[in-house]
Amino acid sequence: MHPALSVILFTVTSGAGYGLFVLLVIFHLAGVGPAMSQGEVIAHGVGALGLITVGLLFSTGHLANKKNAWRSFMRFKTSWLSREAVFAVLFYPFAAIYGLSVLLQGPEIGLLGMIAALIAAILAVIVLFSTGMIYGCLKTIRQWNTALTPANYIMLGIATGSAAYAAIASAFGNATAMHAGVAIVMLLIAAVLKGIYYFWISKVTGPTINTATTFNRATVRLLDTGHTAGTFLTDEFGYDPSKKTTSMMKAGVFLLGFIIPALLLAAVLAGATAVTAWLAVASALIGVGMERWLFFAEAKHVVRLYHGDQHT
Amino acid sequence: MRLGLVIDMDTCVGCHACAVACKQWNTSGTTGPLTDYQPYGEDPSGVWFNRIRHYEVGDYPNNKTVNIPMSCMHCDHADCVTVCPTGASYKRPEDGIVLVDQDKCMGCNYCAWACPYGARELDREDGVMKKCTLCVDRIYDDALPPEERQPACVITCPAHARFFGDFDDEESEVSRLVRERGGVKQMPELGYKPVNTYLPPRVTRPIPTDDVRANTLVSSVKDWVNKMVAR
Repeated sequence: MHPALSVILFTVTSGAGYGLFVLLVIFHLAGVGPAMSQGEVIAHGVGALGLITVGLLFSTGHLANKKNAWRSFMRFKTSWLSREAVFAVLFYPFAAIYGLSVLLQGPEIGLLGMIAALIAAILAVIVLFSTGMIYGCLKTIRQWNTALTPANYIMLGIATGSAAYAAIASAFGNATAMHAGVAIVMLLIAAVLKGIYYFWISKVTGPTINTATTFNRATVRLLDTGHTAGTFLTDEFGYDPSKKTTSMMKAGVFLLGFIIPALLLAAVLAGATAVTAWLAVASALIGVGMERWLFFAEAKHVVRLYHGDQHT
Repeated sequence: MRLGLVIDMDTCVGCHACAVACKQWNTSGTTGPLTDYQPYGEDPSGVWFNRIRHYEVGDYPNNKTVNIPMSCMHCDHADCVTVCPTGASYKRPEDGIVLVDQDKCMGCNYCAWACPYGARELDREDGVMKKCTLCVDRIYDDALPPEERQPACVITCPAHARFFGDFDDEESEVSRLVRERGGVKQMPELGYKPVNTYLPPRVTRPIPTDDVRANTLVSSVKDWVNKMVAR
């Protein structure tokens, strides 16, 4: 699949935003860790909503006919893309009630604010799940059509969000061992899940050029695609990065996405400055950006079988 | 009704006439134009509803060239319709034709991702998705003589390799052909239940070629002369 930059930026930034929001609600409502000032809660909230909103604006970048974007709320019943849009919008009023409660009542919010916060956090996870299911439900791309896809989207959002949480907390001089520790654990869980995903998709399954052309008992080779220049199909699905490129990117995912942020956060645990935590966030976001690029670049759509691939 | 096409891979000669006829009719049809990008430039490209690809099936000497024209299969389980977030893609309950409402499409490409057969192509100029309509603006047109109320690709096929009809009607020509010739579907394992059906090449008796190839004294001399004499 052709990796669209707008979709990569969208899922990485809004994913981190939803993850940050979920962690904020957990830390704030459960009261674990040191007490937060009003300013700190607001900083986490503004950071989360900022990332989410910027991401959602990126997402319209890949639409060829933006004036009809509002119609994407119309098929909630069948389309995961529609569900993602609906849940993403539904998230805002609950987040707003929570934010207002914090603004008016300080960190000790009332029951209404708590309920709104909880609903918003659940919606945040549902949005991440819906984003994953947009890809996970497609039977045409075996690399996506697995339960690991939504699992990865949720876990990578939580992991980058938890790193951002630790960074913002440390900016307030509130960096406890717990924040950095939670971020390290989340990053490691996300890394293991991603490792399982790469292992899973390395095994070839699904349709072949034989089932695509209906000739199941003979070798089939493409003679000619029937067109001299590229088509929509070759532009969209014909993306073919070299094995070397994907291997390098994969190393980058694990190094920049998980290992370096975890080590930097470990340094925070050992008493390094707030800047170290921000470096961890930057590294994690770049790494997850590479992960998202690979997610598209390695996805082989079955229409490629008609263009000569023996299997996907 | 379940309208669709039967395509005979035995008689299709791969001439692309169906694709050209399709382009000609539909570029001025209800979902037209089928925009061309740099039609006279170095890399002419554009929107087509029908594409023909050519394959070699089997290994020499038991190989064969097979041409496979592909357009929308108007699937029973059309995921392109269910994934569409705007409701622009729809399947008509009365005849099973899958269409795109150009006024509702936002051009997100998601339906093209969901289609295993490459039937949908984005028109970059108009910003909307376009696809085979089974010539819906033709097959119900009372102003046309009955024999012309068929998709443009079917009428034009010089090899008579394309057939149009109702798959729900067991006595229709398409149903009979599928029954008698053992019609097959592409990628049935994905479960889209495509309506369009392909007829496999007929198994014919091999024509003996041993005598043609036999090396006689005369043929050897001829071969030698042909090699030596420049044309």
